[in-house]
Amino acid sequence: MLAKKYAVVDQSRCVACGECTHVCPKEAISVPHGCFAAVNIEKCIGCGKCARACPAGCIKVNLIRQGI
Amino acid sequence: MRSKHWYDYLWIWSIIYFSLGFFNILFAWLGMIDFLLPIIIAVFRGNKWFCNNMCGRGQLLSKLGGALKFLGNKQAPRWMASKWFRYGFLGFFLTMFSNMVFQTYLVAAEARSLTEAIKLFWTFKVPWGWTYTAGTVPDWIAQFSFGFYSLMLTSMLIGLIVMVLYKPRTWCTFCPMGTMTQSICKLRSKSNQNNN
Repeated sequence: MLAKKYAVVDQSRCVACGECTHVCPKEAISVPHGCFAAVNIEKCIGCGKCARACPAGCIKVNLIRQGI
Repeated sequence: MRSKHWYDYLWIWSIIYFSLGFFNILFAWLGMIDFLLPIIIAVFRGNKWFCNNMCGRGQLLSKLGGALKFLGNKQAPRWMASKWFRYGFLGFFLTMFSNMVFQTYLVAAEARSLTEAIKLFWTFKVPWGWTYTAGTVPDWIAQFSFGFYSLMLTSMLIGLIVMVLYKPRTWCTFCPMGTMTQSICKLRSKSNQNNN
């Protein structure tokens, strides 16, 4: 089993301010079409910087387990 | 981390804008750029590029809040980012903006005289006459300047208060321009999906 941490956005509460995009060290989060933030799981390293910066508190860091 | 661009320094514009209002109130008109540009971008480009990259106020709050880290980084109450509060605040803000435009109309129609003062938090009248020499421009232009600067300064002060209390860009959660542009983007996105 492989474990990976990654950011998850509650899109119903996201205000699309873009603060998360500025703090992400991997450019793994963006605000497509100005609707809400979206995370590229491939790029996300789960550092949690976006979650700490998010003023709406709508980003959480989750842990996924993948089978190999 | 992404590389720096010219628009990452627009927080300086925010400081300049509010400083100019202390010398000549007519500069308040420049704030219309911050009102119109986000809407134009949202309508024609269908994104929140202004909020995400160009908002001088957001950048300033982010910088100041970051510098004042010792204040803590408390999460704002959940209701502050809730739909009813965001749209409620947008409604309130637009009502106050309309009232300000109506007051400008009354001055233009000579139904009332120019008030050389700003109103903070829509309540507290602060004499601001030193920033305007009577007769420089038609009275309604000056009236709009005082009214618009009041709105801009009040919203900045609210932004600073919530920055101190909570996370730096808490203002963005209920910023009327942000709410408006996000709604435009969602509507555009939905209509694009329906068309495809």
